[in-house]
Amino acid sequence: MTDLRPDLAIIAANIAKRSRALDVGCGDGALMAALRDTAGVDARGLEIDARNVAAAVARGLSVVQGDADRDLADYPDASFDYAILSQTLQTTTRPDVVLDHLLRIGRQAFVSFPNFGHWRVRTSLLWGGRMPVTRLLPERWYDTPNIHHVTIDDFRAFVNQRGITVEGAWFLSGDQQTTSPAANFLAEHAVFLLRR
Amino acid sequence: MSHDARFGLGRSVCLPAPLRLDGGSLLSPIDIAYETYGTLDADGGNAVLVCHALTGDQHVASDHPTTGKPGWWTRMVGAGKPIDPAHHFIICANVLGSCMGSSGPASINPATHKPWAMSFPVITIRDMVRAQAMLLDYLGVARLRAVVGGSMGGMQALSWAATFPDRVRAAIVIAATARHTAQNIAFHEVGRQAVMADPNWQGGDYYAASTPPSAGLAVARMAAHITYLSEAGLTEKFGRRLQARPDSPNGAKTFGFDADFQVESYLRHQGISFTDRFDANSYLYITRAMDYFDLAEEHGGRLANAFCGVQARFCLVSFDTDWLYPTAESRSIVHALNASGAAASFVELSSPYGHDAFLLDSPELNRVVDGFLRSVA
Repeated sequence: MTDLRPDLAIIAANIAKRSRALDVGCGDGALMAALRDTAGVDARGLEIDARNVAAAVARGLSVVQGDADRDLADYPDASFDYAILSQTLQTTTRPDVVLDHLLRIGRQAFVSFPNFGHWRVRTSLLWGGRMPVTRLLPERWYDTPNIHHVTIDDFRAFVNQRGITVEGAWFLSGDQQTTSPAANFLAEHAVFLLRR
Repeated sequence: MSHDARFGLGRSVCLPAPLRLDGGSLLSPIDIAYETYGTLDADGGNAVLVCHALTGDQHVASDHPTTGKPGWWTRMVGAGKPIDPAHHFIICANVLGSCMGSSGPASINPATHKPWAMSFPVITIRDMVRAQAMLLDYLGVARLRAVVGGSMGGMQALSWAATFPDRVRAAIVIAATARHTAQNIAFHEVGRQAVMADPNWQGGDYYAASTPPSAGLAVARMAAHITYLSEAGLTEKFGRRLQARPDSPNGAKTFGFDADFQVESYLRHQGISFTDRFDANSYLYITRAMDYFDLAEEHGGRLANAFCGVQARFCLVSFDTDWLYPTAESRSIVHALNASGAAASFVELSSPYGHDAFLLDSPELNRVVDGFLRSVA
């Protein structure tokens, strides 16, 4: 599990063994495979890119090609212990609707996203006056899939306003975890565990 | 097992037990022509059933005895392929109603000693599957590692999982649908009417005469063949190009009704060569079975009910240019599988070749099937 992306490693370390999980935007299934192999999780995936789906199916995973914005409505209520959305929230057309579906489909939801409030992003805008291009946000303004940039404080306010319970939160600077109070300034990305 | 006469190429069996058909009647005996490849494991766990499409046959990976052509799915089945006789015990049987050795309208009715013709009972996809299950009983295969099929073969794979949930560990459903739509039925009806409008059809009793309804069957095949291709594929292959003629290598408009265009010539060839290998009445019966197929209808109108309690894992593949069974049909199956909690994988692959893409070279398809099958092992 050491070669998992740091946010995925946090999810893998905090998921209940032998639970059922839906990984929305599962990519080539790296997290699903890790969850299956190390925690006996019955993992299912949803992924938009056909090549990624083929790669995931070829490693024996149950992955359906589809779009989080369109196809989550097809999943029944409470059909999974966890719904997982890693580094995908900011790419969806309607992050609020997607989040509602996650909390409907899963009893709990893991959500991870790059923090647009990180100091490198702020200095890029403040001193350069240009949209930031950073390690975790490598695309330029016109070709980025990230159409709904969000900061950790934005997300906290959002879930608070909607009455969603935060059951866990992890913040990462590089590969190191950082503390909660300064996270909005210091963390490059965040992982939240939520419950309706 | 190598000396067991039940296994190998070009096999057939006459099963005495009557089969209760969906239409209500009993059919017996039932002839099934089939082939097997590879060796059944001692625990019987490596059996893979390959189901063929409308005009397919049991020669999935062996040369056809009359045309001499290689098997119809050698890209998927064979040494080094995803379905490999070195690992799998592969079974492919000619469907009930067909004309390649299994019981169908061209077979002799034991009661009259004449061909059944139109007195053969109308059959369904589920009847085909039940007949295959009888074959598996005869072969000593209790449970399939996988049932695999494209087009009508995919319908059979779905029906297998729903009808015999305890006998299927995995189903691979390619370019298929859980029900025939009005458009699917409409195209088939055009084909059937073309056959029946041929004066040589004679109400189906043409077997004694030396003149089967070839013209009608050829037209049926031409119309159906268009639905297996895509507009882009036809344009790429033929465009508006004219057919070469003895007096004009680049072709010419004849201001008549010869096959001026290459696409006309191609379709005529497809139609005529089809009549050499297929029985017109079988075409009527099998298209009928496909039209009657509606897996949801068999389960109270809700497709998810068909998969309730099904332990099998599913792998569905569609092709983006397939307008016969488009991706939306596969998606609705995936939707139902999700609703029933079954483990499902689905991918839409890109191909310019329409419905026929599942039979053509597709490294991505092979990769998906190979990986999926390995995960079931």
